[in-house]
Amino acid sequence: MKRKWFGFLVVILSLSVMLMGCNNEESAEETSLLDTVKDRDLLIAGVNGELPGFSYLDSEGNYSGFDADFARAIAAAVLGDASKVEYRPLSSKERFTAVQTGEVDVLTRNTTWTLTRDTSVGLNFAPVTFYDGQGIIVPKDSGITSIEDLEGARISVESGTTTELNLADQMRKHGINYEAVVYDSQDAAVAAYESGSVDAYTTDKSGLVARKAIMKDPSAHVILDDTLSKEPLAPAVIGGDDKWFDVVKWVVNATIQAEELGITSENVDEFKDSSDPVVQRLLGTDGDLGSQLGLSDDFGYQVIKQVGNYGEIFERNLGPDTKFGLERGLNGLYTEGGLMYSPPLR
Amino acid sequence: MNNNETTTKNEMAPPKSSIGVPGWLKQNLFSNWWNTLLTIIFTVITIYVVKGTFTWVFFTAEWSVVSENFKLLMVGQYPDEELWRVWTALSIFTALVGISWGVWKGTMGHVSIFLGVVMAITMVVPFIAVGSRIWLAANIGLLVLGFAIGKQSEKLKKPVLVGWFLLVPIGMFFIEGFGLLNEVSTNFWGGFLLTCLIAIISIIASFPIGILLALGRRSNLPIIKWFSIIYIELIRGIPLITVLFVAQLMLPLFLGDTIELDKVLRAMIGFTLFNAAYLAENVRGGLQSLPRGQYEAAQALGLNKAKMMTFVIMPQALKAVIPAMVGQFISIFKDTVLVSIVGLIDLLGMAKKIIANPQFLGTQMESFVFVAFVFFMICYLMSYVSRRLERSLGVGER
Repeated sequence: MKRKWFGFLVVILSLSVMLMGCNNEESAEETSLLDTVKDRDLLIAGVNGELPGFSYLDSEGNYSGFDADFARAIAAAVLGDASKVEYRPLSSKERFTAVQTGEVDVLTRNTTWTLTRDTSVGLNFAPVTFYDGQGIIVPKDSGITSIEDLEGARISVESGTTTELNLADQMRKHGINYEAVVYDSQDAAVAAYESGSVDAYTTDKSGLVARKAIMKDPSAHVILDDTLSKEPLAPAVIGGDDKWFDVVKWVVNATIQAEELGITSENVDEFKDSSDPVVQRLLGTDGDLGSQLGLSDDFGYQVIKQVGNYGEIFERNLGPDTKFGLERGLNGLYTEGGLMYSPPLR
Repeated sequence: MNNNETTTKNEMAPPKSSIGVPGWLKQNLFSNWWNTLLTIIFTVITIYVVKGTFTWVFFTAEWSVVSENFKLLMVGQYPDEELWRVWTALSIFTALVGISWGVWKGTMGHVSIFLGVVMAITMVVPFIAVGSRIWLAANIGLLVLGFAIGKQSEKLKKPVLVGWFLLVPIGMFFIEGFGLLNEVSTNFWGGFLLTCLIAIISIIASFPIGILLALGRRSNLPIIKWFSIIYIELIRGIPLITVLFVAQLMLPLFLGDTIELDKVLRAMIGFTLFNAAYLAENVRGGLQSLPRGQYEAAQALGLNKAKMMTFVIMPQALKAVIPAMVGQFISIFKDTVLVSIVGLIDLLGMAKKIIANPQFLGTQMESFVFVAFVFFMICYLMSYVSRRLERSLGVGER
């Protein structure tokens, strides 16, 4: 009896596998994620969840941070309620599959925009929300002020990362002799640096800032101004869904535009009666920009009111008042020497 | 080293220096210059380590990362207003433990006392919410009440066994909702709750599969035999992390958009499939350890194959491999931390997420020590129960 069932089970299993194979080909329907999100009344966002300042769980069990705020901004624009977000913590290995399989609607997970990810991975990247770059941290009393001073230094680095390769590239370019001390985890690399067994430690600057904040004496260390590589972090969505891509793109742009105009979550209501057509279009009091995106016309207002403009999001999570004390730098507005620049909303 | 239980031939009392504390010290720690040196060195090291640990635990460590995130560590983002369901599931478990204690005494008593002490300690810890304290007190009450009821009547054995079988579905019903209660998405399950659920479900589900595979591997029918062998060897040839990645990443690609399997469910399936292969080999070991005579005796009694397996072979085979199986269960329990790299937030994953909170930066040591402590308690309990079980079943003595 048992054997018969076994055979039966095998047949059923192989049949269902075959059927699923058929299914896969048929399921390429042409519905935009925008409609899916609206129907579901919930945005599913992929986040890191373990990166200080970018996304983490606060004591109430809510995700907070820079990346989480952009997910909230998208929810505010699409659903009119910034709290309608479900976060999926994703590891760096599974993040792209999660987008490809539609498990997450948008990836706001400190992901570097590269050509390969745009093409063969099949993602679409919204405007950059954070310009990161690889940096080097050294003890303040070491007298090292630039990358040239690192001649003969021992530098700790995580193994198997692009960080290690970038370091080698840059050092060769500058003709500097150095010794890379490779560790298999960031914790170990930082511990080696803090104990003084190496002269410097290198990783992404945002990571350096976070690490510096938790060192025993943060003021005894400085991050060099030199940037070893470009790491523009941007929200990503699945390729081929232009409608949804446009929404995510213009939500990010709206936050930047709002900062350019000086509109914050606090004073946005005062701007509602503004006679400036640029402001009117952003806030939806005039024009139909929202409808063109498939959103309500006041999506800009909702984003700014509920989440804030780009500057507010930055200051709240990473700025000088936080433990990280990050300067705007490249992430400042173009008018202030940064790279943040929104195409016109019109 | 000398044994201090040397017997003296004459009737004289032993010299003072060889009895009591000084005698024990002299015989065991300072018997010659080499032992004396070792004793001193290790005393110094021990004092150093103990003092360091003590200072760190009581003065340096910032335990607020654990106390302020205690709920997150225990049940993850499970919504506050639905928490009573987790408590209810736990209460049913506690009541069953209590009744079993009354009915069977012995090992269950030790488990109950352990459970009661853990609950009592948790109850008096200052940072626990009032609501949780009430639930904990009620649970301790249930434990004692269960004991009292169980002690009264031996007839409860069967109902209690049935209760244990129903515990998992009922517990899952309360935690998940299954459409009758408000559904709590598995996305909100986390922390210790998720760790336990994945471990328990995969251990229980893999048990029958493992036994079937073990029998299948010894079967005379080629298809079943080869299927079992291929399955077992394939799974055992792949690291668990790969199985999990396949379950998390490849499965959705295979299944397409139409069938959406829950993430937690996929992890449970991955663990179950993996565990079943190992369990099958453990059980097969037990089957092979049985002498042929047992099979022949069962056949001589006129039992058919199913009855022979259920009543004669399996009880003996499983009994023989209890240590190996419990070892496997402990390792599965610990392996659940691997789910944190496929995006589920188990106890360890939760610890990683709360230390990313700027408020608690730099407290990874405290969080990880707490996680290690929880894991140690559960694993030690499992191995303790297994040792008691072996003794009471007389494993190793036939």
